[in-house]
Amino acid sequence: MKKKFDCEIDCAACAAKVEDAVRAIDGVESVRVNFLTQRFTLEADDARFDAILDEALKVGRKIEPDFSIAK
Amino acid sequence: MKLTKKQRRLFGRLCAALVIFFALLIAEHAGLFPAVFDRRPLALLLYLIPYLLCGTPVLRNAALGVKNRQPFDESFLMVIATFGAFVTGEYAEAAAVMLFYQVGEWFQSVAVDRARGSIRELMALVPESANRVLPDGSVEEIEPDEIDIGDTLLLRPGEKVPVDATVISGESLLDTAALTGESVPRTVKPGSAVVSGCINGAGLLRLRAEKRFEDSTAAKVLELVENASERKSRTETFITRFARHYTPAVVIAALLLAVIPSLVTGAWRVWFYRACAFLVISCPCALVISVPLAFFGGIGAASRMGVLIKGANYLEALAEVKTVVTDKTGTLTEGVFRVQGLYPAPGVTEQALIEAAAAAEGAAAHPIAAAIRDYFASLYPDAAKTLLSSVAGSEDRTGKGALAEIGGHRVAAGSAAFLSELGIAAEGAPSVPGAALCFVAQDQQYLGAIAAADGIKPGADAALSALRRGGVSKIVMLSGDRCDHAEAVGEALKLDAVYAELLPQDKVRVLEQLLEQKGSGTLAYLGDGINDAPVLSLANVGVAMGSLGSDAAIEAADVVIMDDDLRRLGDTVRLGRETLAIARQNIVFALAVKAAILLLGALGLVGLWAAVFADVGVAVICILNSMRLLAWKARRS
Repeated sequence: MKKKFDCEIDCAACAAKVEDAVRAIDGVESVRVNFLTQRFTLEADDARFDAILDEALKVGRKIEPDFSIAK
Repeated sequence: MKLTKKQRRLFGRLCAALVIFFALLIAEHAGLFPAVFDRRPLALLLYLIPYLLCGTPVLRNAALGVKNRQPFDESFLMVIATFGAFVTGEYAEAAAVMLFYQVGEWFQSVAVDRARGSIRELMALVPESANRVLPDGSVEEIEPDEIDIGDTLLLRPGEKVPVDATVISGESLLDTAALTGESVPRTVKPGSAVVSGCINGAGLLRLRAEKRFEDSTAAKVLELVENASERKSRTETFITRFARHYTPAVVIAALLLAVIPSLVTGAWRVWFYRACAFLVISCPCALVISVPLAFFGGIGAASRMGVLIKGANYLEALAEVKTVVTDKTGTLTEGVFRVQGLYPAPGVTEQALIEAAAAAEGAAAHPIAAAIRDYFASLYPDAAKTLLSSVAGSEDRTGKGALAEIGGHRVAAGSAAFLSELGIAAEGAPSVPGAALCFVAQDQQYLGAIAAADGIKPGADAALSALRRGGVSKIVMLSGDRCDHAEAVGEALKLDAVYAELLPQDKVRVLEQLLEQKGSGTLAYLGDGINDAPVLSLANVGVAMGSLGSDAAIEAADVVIMDDDLRRLGDTVRLGRETLAIARQNIVFALAVKAAILLLGALGLVGLWAAVFADVGVAVICILNSMRLLAWKARRS
């Protein structure tokens, strides 16, 4: 399943870092954190999608405390 | 201008820090409180106030970077540089660097937000809500994505069409500018298809939803433009790669600068301070933000004139286009046959000729027959209404011609061969290159001929000349049509080459050859996007035209021109060039300033102040430069 969310990300470099970190989460097929459009696109395992999304938010927050995803 | 909460908070802190900082600076330099500033630890404490006031977020980010073992970011480098300045005793400069760095960051964030905002505005195709009419006649307000196919929707004046639909009742003018860039509104009446994202004029419309929200044009267009920033241009990829090497290289240079000359000269304070300036300049943020922003702005400006570009790479490819290959029918020509001339036989009036032809072709289905009927109706609207009712025994001989009885006369229209089959000689028949001729006879007497052709679009010539002026050196036409028709168009438009009578697979073969021959620059194919998908995908850039509401074309092409105005291609090429130029200006400017300050800094000619300018000052200037594209408009002479 692939879904898009609005997100808050403060800089281009953090976006790239959050992207790398989320990609490393188990079950994530693809992820895109777009700084210019402030969009977070996640493609992940259907069954665990919500859990993966929560995990992505947690991982992102560790790198950039202001990172948020509008669900 | 609206600021976010975070920006307002930082703004407050920055103001306070600036006031305190300048108060301290003036007091120190005016020698007002020697007792305070001569005690260095006390001065340090004082300068730490504005430093911490504006710098806490930077310190926090740097700490987080260290914790996550990804320390080499801007914040970390700023912290090291300012700590270095504190250590060498330059308290005022340490505070100043942090302060101006944050001022720059603030401007940067506001500028990017503004750019983002104006692009969102541009893309505000989707209405917030829709009105569904319930079976009992009452109206409920719903979210656009709750609409089901078949729902009846009410569209009030000024509202946006939420999903692709057809008009059930009502008449109105629709403003399609947001999708097509076309400022003349479109008239809709019952039965018309309406496309989501258009704005209703003064009429009240009832619509039947034909598609779900996510399959409708507006949603597709939005998704396409959003994804466009993810297909990176070569310039962007270059910047990303460059940034990856640039920062570590400058950091290493800073280390060397701090260590080696210090060992030689022993003046470690001086060299340590100069190394700090290197750290401040080591961030490539001016490029990392402004170059993608330029492409994003370019794509945004294109969509404002009704041109969708699916990726920054395609905008870049269009900027370098040297060869344009186009389809004929519907692209260079109108795609509709029209009567071009009447050639009555001696002693026959034009009216008699066209009337006989219209009567004979009254029931025929082919495009020339339709052209003749339309032409007759436009000249003699009253006669056209009664003509068909007086026609008897009409007979359509497909591929040859048609026969009919009218007022006791037998009329025939068709090819020369058809007439000679009937025993009629077409004497003095004209030859009109590029047009199809229809020969007309009445009661075995030859009346004359009518020439009909699929005419060249008005403005096609000007549009192609504009392309050539813009650097396109070769324009080639591929057509499935007959050679003489295609060549007539080619001659009229002064094309470099014409390939005619091509089957779809031939088009692919010809395009492959052209791709091999093209040399430098890129090749763009321009077509209607309906039956030329293979060629569209084969070209460096596939451009589909007249695609409003055509999903197939939007899928197949790299660049989609929503209306069928040929001039948009030239406009888009020019926009691409300007985008690329701005991106390059930014790259050259940022690198030149950084290199100069690095050099001057190493020599000790400029200090941390200049380094901060080379970092954030340049970033803000580059971002502002990129933002020029948001205001881009097609200029036409």
